[in-house]
Amino acid sequence: MTRRRFIVLVTGAVTVVLFVLAVALGPVSVPPVDTVRVLAGADPSDPRWSVLIGTVRLPRALTAALAGAALGVAGALVQTLFRNPLADPYVLGVSSGAGLGVALSLAAVGGVSFADGFVGTGRLGAVGAAALGAAAVLGLVLVLARWVRSVVTLLVVGVMVGSVTTAVVSLVLVWSDPRIAQQFVVWGLGSVDGTSRADLAVLAPVVAAGLAVAVLSVKPLNALLLGEAHARSVGVPVRRLRAVVVVAVALLAGGVTAFCGPIAFVGIAVPHLARLLVDTSDHRVLLPVTALVGAAVVLACTVAGHPPGTETVVPLNVVTSLVGAPVVIAVLLRSRRFAVAVS
Amino acid sequence: MSGGITLDALAVGYRAGRRRPPRTVLAGVHARAAAGELTVLVGPNGTGKSTLLHTVAGLLPPLAGTVSLDGADLAALPPAERARRLAVVLTERVEPGLLSVEELVALGRHPHTGPTGALRDVDRKVVAAAVNAAGAGHLAGRRVAELSDGERQRVLVARALAQEPTVLLLDEPTAFLDVSARVGLLGLLRRLARDDGLCVLVSTHDLEQALRVADRVWLLDRAGALHAGPPEALVADGVVGEVFEAQGLAFDPAAGAFTVRPATGGTPVAVVAPEPEAALVARLLSREGWAVVQEDAVATVTRTELGRFTAVDGEGTAVEAMGWAELASWARRAGPDCSKATFTQ
Repeated sequence: MTRRRFIVLVTGAVTVVLFVLAVALGPVSVPPVDTVRVLAGADPSDPRWSVLIGTVRLPRALTAALAGAALGVAGALVQTLFRNPLADPYVLGVSSGAGLGVALSLAAVGGVSFADGFVGTGRLGAVGAAALGAAAVLGLVLVLARWVRSVVTLLVVGVMVGSVTTAVVSLVLVWSDPRIAQQFVVWGLGSVDGTSRADLAVLAPVVAAGLAVAVLSVKPLNALLLGEAHARSVGVPVRRLRAVVVVAVALLAGGVTAFCGPIAFVGIAVPHLARLLVDTSDHRVLLPVTALVGAAVVLACTVAGHPPGTETVVPLNVVTSLVGAPVVIAVLLRSRRFAVAVS
Repeated sequence: MSGGITLDALAVGYRAGRRRPPRTVLAGVHARAAAGELTVLVGPNGTGKSTLLHTVAGLLPPLAGTVSLDGADLAALPPAERARRLAVVLTERVEPGLLSVEELVALGRHPHTGPTGALRDVDRKVVAAAVNAAGAGHLAGRRVAELSDGERQRVLVARALAQEPTVLLLDEPTAFLDVSARVGLLGLLRRLARDDGLCVLVSTHDLEQALRVADRVWLLDRAGALHAGPPEALVADGVVGEVFEAQGLAFDPAAGAFTVRPATGGTPVAVVAPEPEAALVARLLSREGWAVVQEDAVATVTRTELGRFTAVDGEGTAVEAMGWAELASWARRAGPDCSKATFTQ
């Protein structure tokens, strides 16, 4: 217990440090002392720092933390629901749905005045379209889930719906301006850079709502660890739980994907890292730790994606997959516990 | 009426959808399993043991009739209330992940804990008591994924006990266990019924073991009828033999066990040996199609010293100083033509 508490504290501290780094580092590096000052609400030595941090760096870091926490928790939820260590928040078709929304909105905007693209109102349009697309696909999966008996079937249904949606996206892209396809590819690389304070005012409550739904289901999720029949035998309404989890995943993954695009790898790997870290499958411990680890991972990737002193920006998905995946593989291979660390 | 399970005109099966008729597996089932008794559900494969058990557990709605739990209609009980009275151990494969023995057993407290599932002191005490009662005390602190099948089954029983039920249902709990673990588990269930007054209903393939330890047997036959009664009554009525006997397999009521029927038309052979070798040699010979007889034998197998045999076949040819392996190959070689010896019903 004390060891577990220690690990949680260390993870929290690392997350805070990474948050400060994400705010401080970038093309122009803000001195650490000034960063902490601005974050604490005091005046920095140079007034430019407050503007830079307030308008660019802080929203970016907050978005990264929210996205990581949301995708991590969503991943843990679907891995338990489907009892499948390979499930990620996108298995239910969230990202392809959001992609369809974005592709359609780009095609529509592109038809009128392509120059706007993602800039200004175009961006808000893309976010709205992504949210609508994700909600439409998840709604469809949820409706189909009413007739689905087994959770494996639900998984297959989710993958099939996602695959159909992706096909439609491809059609839209093939039939429209090549520049639209290019923009779509850029959206698909994922980014936590573009969010404004207004965006955060929407994203934060959505993620908070999703996390709240997840927290309220820890007890039935624990019962689900022994399988659906055992869960039902202790009185868990399994079908309702399924719907609740899908709604939570919709809020968490749908919200993040709308603002940041699909972020690969975090949703699938972070829950495994969290399980290894705290050495339990108990959701009462696992979900908070997963949120922390997820936030830390995306913050670290954001820092790595904006190398200090350069204008270069490495797309988020490139960092998460290129750097993150080998790290996770190494961690899992080194851990003897991984043999039993699934679900 | 005392506690336990009562089935009244119960029909079990699967609903196929709104338009199609349900697939009925069993119908018109009447039976009782009393508190303080170990009731064992047996029957050949595919007769509906598991379906019946799932219905009694409330996991499958009955197609008709009722299941009563301590006098209350099971279907009318809210799921949480049902879970405080009835606990199950299912055949569903459990993927315990990183759960420790205590964590898994503590999941049984689900119907008793608050909305967060946090354990109070009383819950911890019940969990510890359940682990001990299930004979899993020595496993405390271990990870469930590292346990053997027998140990795991005990942990799952402990989880069910942690629900503090009055009725305990187990679906084929001995399926993957070796003989000693099987005997141990059934003994444990019997103790739980006797000492704690639980109503324990367990389905099993292990008929011989069931007849030995059960207070009451529910026997499903291939026609879908359920025969209930003390094991001896079912054996004496010949029901057990009727349901389970098959080609070449006979039920011996006196031993409460199955024996391979001797072939007819085998060469008569006499065995001269002290027990238990006499029985073993007889078994070896009848496996090879010989008819072991007391009189009128044309061949003889004699034990000369410990583990050594002399055999004289029908033509009077003697082979001496054979061990078990040589005796077996002699029996094959000199025995009746196996293709002619027929196993009869």
